[in-house]
Amino acid sequence: MSEAPPATGAAVEDPLVIAGRELRSRLLLGTGGFPSLELLAEAIALSGSELVTVALRRVEASGPSSLIEVLDRAGVQLLPNTAGCHTARDAVLTAKLSREAFATDWIKLEVIGDEDTLLPDAPELLRAAEELVGEGFVVLPYTTDDPVLARRLVDVGCAAVMPLGSPIGSGMGIRNPYNISLIRETVAVPVVLDAGIGTASDATLAMELGCDAVMAASAISRAQDPAAMALAMRRAVEAGRLARGAGRIPRRRYATASTSDEGIAEFS
Amino acid sequence: MTIVLNGRSCELSEPCTPAAALAELGLEVQARGVAVAVDGEVVPRAEWGSRTLADGARVEVLTAMQGG
Repeated sequence: MSEAPPATGAAVEDPLVIAGRELRSRLLLGTGGFPSLELLAEAIALSGSELVTVALRRVEASGPSSLIEVLDRAGVQLLPNTAGCHTARDAVLTAKLSREAFATDWIKLEVIGDEDTLLPDAPELLRAAEELVGEGFVVLPYTTDDPVLARRLVDVGCAAVMPLGSPIGSGMGIRNPYNISLIRETVAVPVVLDAGIGTASDATLAMELGCDAVMAASAISRAQDPAAMALAMRRAVEAGRLARGAGRIPRRRYATASTSDEGIAEFS
Repeated sequence: MTIVLNGRSCELSEPCTPAAALAELGLEVQARGVAVAVDGEVVPRAEWGSRTLADGARVEVLTAMQGG
């Protein structure tokens, strides 16, 4: 069960802890879709993100890109992903190659089951997660918004769960807020809302639902002004975290006057 | 001998190692952020200079790209 964060400004400073590592930022940034490395660097700086994803692809004939140098200069921790993998076998191999390439045990595990929706393949995901945990990886699985699957992933040793709000890159926000809050109540590891974020209010909602962090990629990289959206997301995540800790008022069907009638003037 | 390097057929002189494949792609053996798989298995960095590639080996040389 999750504890509500303290209802003070300290809630923003309260670090996110994944596998023993403290992160001050609760915004994870995906690097996909940025039109240039310069814009990516600017967005990283404005987002305040300390954990940034990279994918593993073939070296092109033109030689390696300078992406790694840009990320090193930004001082962020790399979170390699297994994007594009459709089987547990491919995802496990990609994770091992990422560990070799980037010297990190952390892996954002993605096993895709459908080309149109890019929804996760649950059985393959669980199989890959279990194998990678056994190999000593810190596994952060991209998963559906199914609380039972989230629990199973934690049972096999995942360090966090990353449920989707809606399909990757769709910008449809959080389609099932109820399930996201159920996941938060079900597992004892950090819950990172991943995929579907369209704009800042989606990130705030995720945090208000109790998520411990938000991951955004396309919402920032494909915005008209990625740098401005990076800053918006940072503040949205902080606002949602604070609001969650502050405790919202209950919803009511009818108005509750905010001004007392006591001492009201009588004009006739 | 012929290997399949990142999906392309490639002629290299024997004996051929992952390090030679890296050189073919213009990479140094010390290249950071690079990983090598041969026939679907990870080759640790320490073995790039010593592992002998068989004729027809499928070699994947991978690095960081924007994604996720």
